[in-house]
Amino acid sequence: MEVYFDNAATTKVLPEVKDIMIKTMEEEYGNPSSMHRKGVEAEHYLKRTREIISRQLKCEPKELIFTSGGTEANNLALIGIAMANRRAGNHIITTKIEHASVINTVLYLEEQGFRVTFLHVDANGKVDMNHLREVLDEETILVSVMAVNNEIGAVEPLEEIASEIVKYNKEHGKNIVFHVDAIQAFGKRLIYPKRIGIGALSMSGHKIHGPKGSGALFVDSAVKLQPILYGGGQEKGRRSGTENTTAIAGFGKAVEVMYERLNENVTKMEAVKQKLIMGATAIEGVTDNSGESPHIASLSFRGVKSEVLLHALEEKGICVSAGSACASNHPAVSGVLKAIGLDKDLLDSTLRFSFCEQNTVEEAEYTVKALEELLPNLRRFTRK
Amino acid sequence: MEYKAFLIKYAEIGTKGKNRYVFEEVLCKRISEHVAGLGEFSIRREYGRIFLEAESAYDYEDLTTELKKVFGIVGICPIVVEEHVEFEAIKSRAVSYMQECYGGQALTFKVNARRTNKAFPMHSMELNSEIGHFVLEALPGMSVDVHTPDVMLHIEVRDRVYIYSETIKGAGGLPVGTNGKAMLLLSGGIDSPVAGYMISKRGVELEAVYFNAPPYTSERAKQKVIDLAKIVAGYAGHIRLHIVNFTDIQLAIYEKCPHAELTIIMRRYMMKIAQHLAGENQCQALITGESIGQVASQTMHSLACTNEVCTMPVFRPCIGMDKQEIVDISEQIGTYETSIQPYEDCCTIFVAKHPVTKPVLDVIKRSEAKLDDVIDELMEKALGSVEVVDI
Repeated sequence: MEVYFDNAATTKVLPEVKDIMIKTMEEEYGNPSSMHRKGVEAEHYLKRTREIISRQLKCEPKELIFTSGGTEANNLALIGIAMANRRAGNHIITTKIEHASVINTVLYLEEQGFRVTFLHVDANGKVDMNHLREVLDEETILVSVMAVNNEIGAVEPLEEIASEIVKYNKEHGKNIVFHVDAIQAFGKRLIYPKRIGIGALSMSGHKIHGPKGSGALFVDSAVKLQPILYGGGQEKGRRSGTENTTAIAGFGKAVEVMYERLNENVTKMEAVKQKLIMGATAIEGVTDNSGESPHIASLSFRGVKSEVLLHALEEKGICVSAGSACASNHPAVSGVLKAIGLDKDLLDSTLRFSFCEQNTVEEAEYTVKALEELLPNLRRFTRK
Repeated sequence: MEYKAFLIKYAEIGTKGKNRYVFEEVLCKRISEHVAGLGEFSIRREYGRIFLEAESAYDYEDLTTELKKVFGIVGICPIVVEEHVEFEAIKSRAVSYMQECYGGQALTFKVNARRTNKAFPMHSMELNSEIGHFVLEALPGMSVDVHTPDVMLHIEVRDRVYIYSETIKGAGGLPVGTNGKAMLLLSGGIDSPVAGYMISKRGVELEAVYFNAPPYTSERAKQKVIDLAKIVAGYAGHIRLHIVNFTDIQLAIYEKCPHAELTIIMRRYMMKIAQHLAGENQCQALITGESIGQVASQTMHSLACTNEVCTMPVFRPCIGMDKQEIVDISEQIGTYETSIQPYEDCCTIFVAKHPVTKPVLDVIKRSEAKLDDVIDELMEKALGSVEVVDI
């Protein structure tokens, strides 16, 4: 049996996504900037995807910027907003459990002279609201918090954070921008940024059955943004470079399909997740670190090295991640697991299982069985 | 300057007496394998050297880079060929060659003419001074220095005339395929690819064996070894890589033998398996990347203990080298970047905190006896499931 439980790393492209992408490569392959018919045809795909996404976010189509993916969206948001608002202050607030594309970008900004505060999180990975209230100050220009954590699936209290920032802005006559990395949330839950006071929001296509190399950044029309790429002035000058119509068309189709089936998908993923967690935690020495997101389960296996268990599962056809796949080239232990205060012995014994609506309860059962079989054996042969 | 032809020089082959013909033949074959895919070339033997001529467009950098990887070559000279064996033609070709290569520079030079075509009326000394005269006249910055010239202008008068002044250093050694075949124990580390390179340089064809330990090692660790074998094959030619699943043997040792002796016992079984595969594949020797004292399993005592299971000669070309010297070679041959990728190999996973450094053979053998009831079956299973990758 082949079980793909690594959907937070990337997903399989949907057939209807593939079809529309092929059409943009074989037939409507024009450059959207061209004045002729071929250009207009291609532009149509951009327009359509913009409409699909703006409908889901309840924003204006013109408030969307297409990017090469989540990493670029996060870079553009953080660097673009920080640089454009330099005069208003130099303090940036984020959390200890952000994805590398946020952490490393704010570290870059720190080198450029910005001051950065990393918010604490509690044992469930939720932002410490008191810490946020404490550190908001006259120099703060930007707060960036992820919607759903990519390693444990914790869902952050975005509304609470946003209202705190809105309140602070009102009381102090400030314009602090709230950016949300929604890469693990978009397509899996409803978020209406403008209604709760989110100024910028990053999305990615390949986490929701779209193509790799597709993504977008929502930026509220009231938010100042400086571009990070310069050139032909595409995307209203905010992101130069010929639009990747193929990826954008596929992205739009994926968003459309995912939101059409949102409730159904969540129910399916939730069932798989619960089955796996219930079954696995019944085994001795297995503990659960998962948050509320239906597509991520984080489990710790006492006495077993995560990488060894990962490869043992792989031999049984089960694909999972140790920590998050994006960071797997760094043998250093996960920053997220440390931040939630996980037992030191479990840091290197934790796996992430992540689902999509195509996974089945049978696959979860098969995985539990595999764990029951493998764990006693692997525990026999651990480092002396 | 655009060159159409190259003189390829070899050294040691010349000393091999009656076998010389065979060596030259093999070298030509190796050269043609290396340059395949870079264009159309004719390769022929000519008076103790090899003459390579381009018969289609080719990229100079790509070609010389490839030729520098061929063992047996000591020097590669890009040459200009003059078809007319007459003084005026030679003179103007030599002058324009010097102009193009060194025009405007203040350098010393010397003409070194050789006349093997006795139908040509001028002898070498005459040619030297005549050509030198015209070069001096045409290139005002140049002056003559017959003892230590910056530029040595070679003019060889044969049935055509070859003009050259540059010699690109070759890899040296002997052409692969002139000295039998050996089995390289290839890990993912820095040393073993270097060892393979060094033995291959002496004309030895390579096969390689890698010990895989899934799930304790990953698919990427295996891929890394395949990548390393590919880089070494860039010099050594085709390599057959045998991938042995070593997990069960390793676990049996881990469970039944003293932990501090794990690595030594493991290495003894690796040697046994490697030797078995070597025999099956017509190899005459084993090659390892060991270096005295580098790690616990490479102390003199440990090496002696490991070596005891071998009846074949085991070549360890890194044996007297410091780590940095090995690293230098690996950087030079291009394996270093790949070797330092951080994927665990089977040696690092179960390693003891304090392994024995002075193992006593009798003690090790006594420990090994604890495997008596399972080891034959495990060895058979491991040898029966070898995966072969042709590189």
